[in-house]
Amino acid sequence: MLSRRMLARLSGAALAMPALPASAQPRATLRVVTPWEIGGLDPARSGYIFARMQVAETLVTTGTDNTLTPLLARAWTVSDDGLAWTFSLRPGVTFHDGTALSAEIVAASLRRAQTPPGILSNAPLAAIEAAGDAVRIRTSQPFAALPAFLAHSSTLILAPAASGPDGAVRAIIGTGPFRITSLTPPQGFEAVRFDAWWGGKVPAAGARYLAAPRGETRTLMADTGEADLVFNLPPTAFQRLSRSARVAFVTAPIPRSYILKINAGGFFFGDRRVRQALSAAIDRTGIAAGILRTPDSAATQLFPPSLAGWHDPALPPLVHDASLARRLLAEAGWRPGPDGVLVRDGRAFRVTLRTFPDRPEQPVLATAIQAQLKEIGIAVEVAIGNSGDIPLGHRDGTLDLGLAARNFSLVPDPIGTLLQDYGPEGGDWGAMGWTGPGSADLATTIGTLSRTFDPAAAAALRRRATAILQDELPVIPLAWFIHSVASGRHLAGVTLDPFEQSYRLSDIRFGA
Amino acid sequence: MTGLSRILLARAVQAFTVALLVGVITFLLVRSLPGDIAMRIAAGRYGMDMVSVAAAERVSAELGLDRPWSAQLLEWLWNIARFDLGTSLVTGERVVDSLGVELGHTLLLSLAALGLSLLIGPPLGLLLGLRAGSAADRAGLVAAAAIRALPPFVLGLLLILLFSLTLGWLPPAGFEGPRELLLPALTLALGLAAASSRVARDATALVVAAPYFAFARWKGLSDRQALLRHGLRNASVPLVAYLGMQLVWLIEGVVVVESLFAWPGIGHSLVHAIFGRDIPMVQGTALVMGLIFVVLNAAVDLLCLALDPRRRAGA
Repeated sequence: MLSRRMLARLSGAALAMPALPASAQPRATLRVVTPWEIGGLDPARSGYIFARMQVAETLVTTGTDNTLTPLLARAWTVSDDGLAWTFSLRPGVTFHDGTALSAEIVAASLRRAQTPPGILSNAPLAAIEAAGDAVRIRTSQPFAALPAFLAHSSTLILAPAASGPDGAVRAIIGTGPFRITSLTPPQGFEAVRFDAWWGGKVPAAGARYLAAPRGETRTLMADTGEADLVFNLPPTAFQRLSRSARVAFVTAPIPRSYILKINAGGFFFGDRRVRQALSAAIDRTGIAAGILRTPDSAATQLFPPSLAGWHDPALPPLVHDASLARRLLAEAGWRPGPDGVLVRDGRAFRVTLRTFPDRPEQPVLATAIQAQLKEIGIAVEVAIGNSGDIPLGHRDGTLDLGLAARNFSLVPDPIGTLLQDYGPEGGDWGAMGWTGPGSADLATTIGTLSRTFDPAAAAALRRRATAILQDELPVIPLAWFIHSVASGRHLAGVTLDPFEQSYRLSDIRFGA
Repeated sequence: MTGLSRILLARAVQAFTVALLVGVITFLLVRSLPGDIAMRIAAGRYGMDMVSVAAAERVSAELGLDRPWSAQLLEWLWNIARFDLGTSLVTGERVVDSLGVELGHTLLLSLAALGLSLLIGPPLGLLLGLRAGSAADRAGLVAAAAIRALPPFVLGLLLILLFSLTLGWLPPAGFEGPRELLLPALTLALGLAAASSRVARDATALVVAAPYFAFARWKGLSDRQALLRHGLRNASVPLVAYLGMQLVWLIEGVVVVESLFAWPGIGHSLVHAIFGRDIPMVQGTALVMGLIFVVLNAAVDLLCLALDPRRRAGA
């Protein structure tokens, strides 16, 4: 295709490029590539990027054992009535501009985080104030998950100089081990090691962040060694990269599940047996192996094993059994019609399944489900639109089925997501039109759980919630989400945080 | 009126018309895209996990999205008349600030692509034009057609496979320096060169066959002298004029190529703005692209004027 002369010219041009800054980079700069672009500096928008890259920090985070651990907070206590929390701050912390961390600054940052729609605006907060070297937070009702909420990236603590006079964030001045030297939104930034970090000196001299939205590009960057850590690789890249000599390929399940959201209040899915039939008709193992390329990710219940305490290994798994599905549908009064589509009360079982292509595998999953439901006599039309179509269909009641991936670790405690999704009126990404004793029981269970501080009592309530979800199926779990990273083999100490709080760059060493 | 001032006046009128049309059309197009606009903006701002009806309602109230279309459009037109492009609905930054950074990257990429294509296309076309009808000429035609037929996306991936994966010379994406610039520029340049090499080849073949060229040879000039004195300038007029038309390809290519190579330019930003229904950003980027087009076309006109004395005489 290229003539030999052209090729010679091109290669000549390539070799003649004078300065080669990228290759001249000291090998100690970690080059991180992800699909996420920087969509604004406010922590509520792209704070998760600066948190994961360890530029800015929250009060709380998740440790390697997946439990909450102190970050900028040294410890926290709650009053006996469960309403007053005290977060004492780590001493000797300075921001990248030299300002010392103080309780006033933390309180101001947290108050600002309450404004945009997000995590903190969903918490029952009454007051946030500085008290000596601690921050005191009052809640209007007992709220056991508060420390987990303060691990969310919208609550990043930034220096006062980070905001302009109008309160809008103008720069990211944090307390993390990496300090930004140049920022080019939406594409990326460069950072150097912050030697005054409270955690000591980290091995890497710096870190560079690049957003490459196309999966093909990211795969190639991992494959060619132009990046040290590449996150969220497309399923098609798994096989290829796992054979590569240059990169180590790590996958781990994260607390996110592909679900089928069901309108349980409508004509079709009001009967629990119909929802169970739908679940039995789906071949999750086939979907996981064939489409997601991760056979272990087939869901046996809503919560993945990485959600310890919520995933219940003793629960009978969801199974694929088409004859069971047909039997349940027959019990619910559905009879085969002339064209093979089931009929009840003169109405054919024709429904629409909405999904959106922001995650490219979702439309494929939707068509697989369409084919599988056709086998038990349910005619599904797949409608591919925007991510907003599902919440809108929830509100105006027009949704039949919706396919999405739900994140249970918006905060490191799934209770945050469950309160949104399975409250008395359901939620945009959770239950819809689901009524009856099971629904009321779950709402009460979650409500009680959010006020329960005793670990044993909380564990029992979590098991109860999981069992109700498995039995009633207000949403149908399809598969668990697999997080993937390709890391250069010259790196040591790479670990995956299933809660995606941090890329843990400060632990990474340059080995061979 | 001289040719020069006529060109400049015509282009100024064109620039004004482009600004007006681009603003109105992009506004209407974005508003008529399917899906709820407030939902899309909320998704762009807070991420997919945070999309909810409540978030969309807050966005809608904050931005006044439920006002009549005409009021919103008139507001934009009034602002643009005062050279104010507004602020992004998604990031909250001033559009002009974002464009300032992105435009620099896009201009760098476009100029590099144009420069590379001029290094590859016209010299190749000249050589083939001098040997019109030879096997090399026919091979050149096939290669040019093949490259031109490939969408920039595919061409870019093929170049990444060749130069990054197989040869390991260049990084497949990024924006730190010349190494990162080369592959996207080359992707655009090959498409441009494929066409310009054919135009140069045809123009050269025409010049070589022209009576004045034969006369130059008869009066005793060598092939080389005849080409340098009488050939190049004549052959370059259609080539430069064609360059103006090629800019369409360049601007279209920038959108795709910037996304593929994660290059932070206005093309990439336009794609994002459309996904996020960020109307001021869409209008701003489209406006800048439209105006670049007008400016480059004006430059091409002026260049043609300088190259071709017949135009200066004023027809």
